[in-house]
Amino acid sequence: MLRRLFVIFGLVVLLAGGAVRASYADDATLTLKRLATDNYADIELGIAAVAASGLPSAEAVLNALADSRLSYRSADKALFFKDASGSWIDAATNTMPAEQPSGLKPVKVNNRVRRALEAALGSMTLMAADPQKRIAAAEAVFKSRDVNTLAALESVIAKEQDAVVKRHFEEARAAVLLLKVDAPESDRVAAAERLGERGDQDSLALLGAVSEANASANTVVAAKLAAKGISRRLALLSTVQNAWYGLSLGSVLLLAAIGLAITFGVMGIINMAHGEMVMLGAYTTFVVQEIIRTKAPGLFDWSLPIAIPLAFCVSALVGLLIERTIIRYLYGRPLETLLATWGVSLMLQQAVRSAFGANNREVGAPSYMSGVWDLNGFQITYGRLWIILFGLAVFVALLGVIKGTSLGLKMRAVIQNRRMAAAMGIRTPLVDALTFALGSGVAGIAGVALSQIDNVSPNLGQSYIIDSFLVVVFGGVGNLWGTLLGALSLGLANKFLEPIAGAVLGKIILLAVIILFIQRRPRGLFALKGRAVEQ
Amino acid sequence: MITFFIRHFDRTAIGFVTTLLLIAVVVPLLNLAVPESSAFHIPTYLVSLWGKYLAYALLALALDLVWGYCGILSLGHGAFFALGGYAMGMYLMRQIGARGVYADPVLPDFMVFLNWKELPITWYFFDHIGYTLLMIVLVPSVIAFVFGWFAFRSRVTGVYLSIITQSLTYALLLAFFRNDMGFGGNNGLTDFKYIIGFPVQAASTRATLFALTALFLALGFLLARAMVVSRFGQILASIRDAESRTRFLGYRVEHYKVLVFVVSAAMAGIAGALYVPQVGIINPSEFSPSNSIEAVIWVAVGGRGTLVGAAIGAVLVNFAKTWLTGSFPELWLYGLGALFILVTLFLPKGIVGSLAVVVQRMKGGSAA
Amino acid sequence: MKRLISTMATTALVAGSLVASIAAKAEDTIKIGILHSLSGTMAISETTLKDTMLYLIDEQNKKGGVLGKKLEAVVVDPASNWPLFAEKARELITKDKVVATFGCWTSVSRKSVLPVFEELNSILFYPVQYEGEESSKNIFYTGAAPNQQAIPAVDYLMENEKVQRWVLAGTDYVYPRTTNKILEAYLKAKGVKAEDIMINYTPFGHSDWQTIVADIKKFGSTGKKTAVVSTINGDANVPFYKELGNQGIKATDIPVVAFSVGEEELAGLDTKPLVGHLAAWNYFESVDTPENKEFIAKWQAYTKNPKRTTNDPMEAHVIGFNMWVKAVEKAGSTDPSKVIDAMIGVAVPNLTGGLSTMMPNHHITKPVLIGEIKADGQFNTVWQTPGTVVANEWSPYLEGSKDLIADWRAPLSCGNFNVKTGKCGGKS
Repeated sequence: MLRRLFVIFGLVVLLAGGAVRASYADDATLTLKRLATDNYADIELGIAAVAASGLPSAEAVLNALADSRLSYRSADKALFFKDASGSWIDAATNTMPAEQPSGLKPVKVNNRVRRALEAALGSMTLMAADPQKRIAAAEAVFKSRDVNTLAALESVIAKEQDAVVKRHFEEARAAVLLLKVDAPESDRVAAAERLGERGDQDSLALLGAVSEANASANTVVAAKLAAKGISRRLALLSTVQNAWYGLSLGSVLLLAAIGLAITFGVMGIINMAHGEMVMLGAYTTFVVQEIIRTKAPGLFDWSLPIAIPLAFCVSALVGLLIERTIIRYLYGRPLETLLATWGVSLMLQQAVRSAFGANNREVGAPSYMSGVWDLNGFQITYGRLWIILFGLAVFVALLGVIKGTSLGLKMRAVIQNRRMAAAMGIRTPLVDALTFALGSGVAGIAGVALSQIDNVSPNLGQSYIIDSFLVVVFGGVGNLWGTLLGALSLGLANKFLEPIAGAVLGKIILLAVIILFIQRRPRGLFALKGRAVEQ
Repeated sequence: MITFFIRHFDRTAIGFVTTLLLIAVVVPLLNLAVPESSAFHIPTYLVSLWGKYLAYALLALALDLVWGYCGILSLGHGAFFALGGYAMGMYLMRQIGARGVYADPVLPDFMVFLNWKELPITWYFFDHIGYTLLMIVLVPSVIAFVFGWFAFRSRVTGVYLSIITQSLTYALLLAFFRNDMGFGGNNGLTDFKYIIGFPVQAASTRATLFALTALFLALGFLLARAMVVSRFGQILASIRDAESRTRFLGYRVEHYKVLVFVVSAAMAGIAGALYVPQVGIINPSEFSPSNSIEAVIWVAVGGRGTLVGAAIGAVLVNFAKTWLTGSFPELWLYGLGALFILVTLFLPKGIVGSLAVVVQRMKGGSAA
Repeated sequence: MKRLISTMATTALVAGSLVASIAAKAEDTIKIGILHSLSGTMAISETTLKDTMLYLIDEQNKKGGVLGKKLEAVVVDPASNWPLFAEKARELITKDKVVATFGCWTSVSRKSVLPVFEELNSILFYPVQYEGEESSKNIFYTGAAPNQQAIPAVDYLMENEKVQRWVLAGTDYVYPRTTNKILEAYLKAKGVKAEDIMINYTPFGHSDWQTIVADIKKFGSTGKKTAVVSTINGDANVPFYKELGNQGIKATDIPVVAFSVGEEELAGLDTKPLVGHLAAWNYFESVDTPENKEFIAKWQAYTKNPKRTTNDPMEAHVIGFNMWVKAVEKAGSTDPSKVIDAMIGVAVPNLTGGLSTMMPNHHITKPVLIGEIKADGQFNTVWQTPGTVVANEWSPYLEGSKDLIADWRAPLSCGNFNVKTGKCGGKS
């Protein structure tokens, strides 16, 4: 009931505002005061009024509102906004008042207000100096399709030097013109073609809205043609996009499994605590970010590069401890390592729960990991891109360690023939310990990456352990290339099955396929050859 | 037949079976006949709790049969247990009949509120106890047969086999979580009312179920024992110790493996069926790989390849779990984790296995 | 020697029963059971509720306890294991002799313990929003039924955001399935066409949301205003929201309204990309009332953590516990059967400035609040019902339950009374 009253009130204000706009367009304070309220509908109307007022401070006020920096004094409804230095600026005069105001109440925003702000700021910043801002403004107009901006658009298109910005302006104009019933037919046909060239989902939606009811026959034909082109393009694009998703899922699986490829694949330990090593890495990231947040907020973007070596050290040390106290007594009894490491995994989970609490912990994304890179509709999210690159880098580095260092050489020697290696003077217990620490440390590094896409909770490890074992076994135990190929092919298969069968059924099918595959090739994709593997 | 048993049963085995039979009689008596005020009275909740432990013991026994005697480490035996449980659960759901909250005479409640109009084919005939009993044994056996046939024929062994059994139970977990499968999704099957006409919650029904579980555990033990002490068992052991050599001697290794795997799966299914009415719920989490791993741990704690040990391990670990989760809710995982580590490090043959070694040594010492 | 080993089982069995009977002797305090998972997957959500109960019991004891006796909390860990919930419930009631239990989070855990509470005639307070379609004599539901959360949220989006296309995304279990069934029927009744509704289910702990978020984006770019109604469960939310942020879906384009995301879940997330997405609850930590301020201050002092958040299920426990105290004082006894009768009609202040009343259907009246996520991980209340809403435990939008009502007052005393046939289902 109350709400309905507000709506009616808002309508009255709107009508009144429209009728008398001219009379107090020059009265800056009165216009601004319309923002000094708790009612979202009024604020929304106020935004349009402020944007149309031509006040010198209008853009600053609206930007402040968008960032929740705008407040009003309850006593006289005077508006103030915070500038970069944190001091209050009087919105009416755009100057700092003699004394800082008190008794301020923030102007609240909701989604409707935010949308109104985007549209208003969009049309106001068409002439901004920064080309990125002009593009953003053009996109805002593309979305709002506000007919009133048409004149402004025409004038900026004529003046624009930058070809990219100009294209965006023209697309915005096309979006406005396409559905403008009284626009000339030639303009509308040209608009349809322009949108066809843009070729994204939004354009398709606009073209789909053209029909005989609101356009001439020629326009409809042009729109249909353009829409058909876009649909074809999008279908192709979705395949590419799917491959990308598969690749990125594959890289996550690779990261999760690669440490296990050492501890399980190379050393033969059924390491059920592998997931917990990943978890420790993720918690290390959390701790690093927490310290950076309180001590040096400016370094936040460096939190992940700092966390990577630390995560490696933490997990490797814990791994070393486990190897020295438990696993070294169990060599040659692989199935019993399963039981002991299962016990270790329970204890580590509980330890983390006692230390950090059972809740999820917040791990933030550095600025370079958020956002999308749009390649003509093919969207690459930066976060995923970094994870793929990171996964491959870890793989290459690990391969380098195993093939190119003396530790790697000794590792391979011990795996192939322990007694012969010992006879050649290699200290096998030391090599075992270092190998396990290496595998654990790599798992810790994976935790840094996984903290960016998943829960950082005591259960983090549990959710990856089954998939990790599958990847290693599918790829072929004891072969890093197998793990790489296994992870990527499982990721791709999963993502191509998902649109057909759904997420759950897709996964079930995949599991069935893996079971059948193991029947055909009982030792995975890349089986080790030789006598050693028989036992 | 009788001479076979007498000849092949040592005192441990006889003691174990006698104890089980004794428990099957004494516990229900102490529960039903002794008044509650008496210090010897066993409360009903303990009867059901110990019934659950015994059902787990039967599962552990089944696992020990394949792992301890044939070297097949199944990380998916929880799946057979859960399948047997689901068969029983479906029967119990059908028994609710019109007593459900929506009073639908045929459809279980969860189907009514998901707007299902008719019973899925998978649920047909589950209102008959005979059909249900058949399914409890048949469904796990058939799945074990198909799975085992493929896996053992292609000579998938060791860790590979363990991982694909884990995938099997994981796939079933995901499948049973799906509401579209018609098995109640995550909520599973619950709120049972009657079993063969007797109210599930009555003390006498619970006592009977307990006695039945103890009896089936004894029967399962006798069957397993008979298998392992026979010639068949000797071949199993030789497969465990040197599979290729056994094959070269002319034995069809995969046939033996499939047979023991199927028998074991059927036993697990029966265990599941006995478990469900006593705990009152069956839900997809029974398929979760961690449950199967836990079952392996029971066997390891008790003593792999001893049968008696497997059963005792299951009871001990679960008793510890009950006690620790109640008394040390914040710390119990440390205790349980430490138990697994210590047992593998210091009692590699498990509790029963290690005790047997001690006894052997004492005997040897006195002889010398 | 060997016989000794093999008879271990018997000894332990007898010992177990003896321990049980001795433990039951101590009787100078009133025992309250706390049945929340402290380990396993649900520990994320439930641990806080255990702490809340310990805090409430501590507060009550400072006030002198109940009926002149101190309260004593009995904490057990059902470890996110559903059969273990039933076992622990039985242990609490039979062995520890608790007079009331506060616990459970998931529907399956409640379904698992329900027969136990009915059989042993004890009391359970269930603090979480759930799918409805249940009313037990022995359970008091202090969380929201679908009409106290989901339907007002959809109304808000329709009226204020002018949403025309709907994505109903949920985890594949009973709460989302039922809620989405109800919402689908409700939307269709409001004239939304079938092609404007997209329903999607994912498994528990689903962590790769790339495809689904891309699908949502596609579904939402047809020109009609689109919103996502999310019944995605706890664990899967973090990767879901991270993917939304990654793919640049802003609340101004496609708002997401969630029913299982509260302050606790947001604490594990970087909320800056999520500003403006919505949640519907009956309580927000940011609610500006003296009751709430006092509660938060005391809670943070108790936990010695000035950053500790509060959330909706916690408020439900606060209400439930205060109701229990009041009912016990009214009945003059902690005997469950007397308390159950005394509960109906008990009203206590909630933390949002109103009164919540226990209705005859064993559900409570609650206000509904819609909040937008703020950059600091709190909610900005953008809309709320003028008063409190009575729960529809049986949804009028579902075929099977539209004729059912629950009324636990004599003479009806029935949780599923069919008004058409005049019969109480389940009693035969």
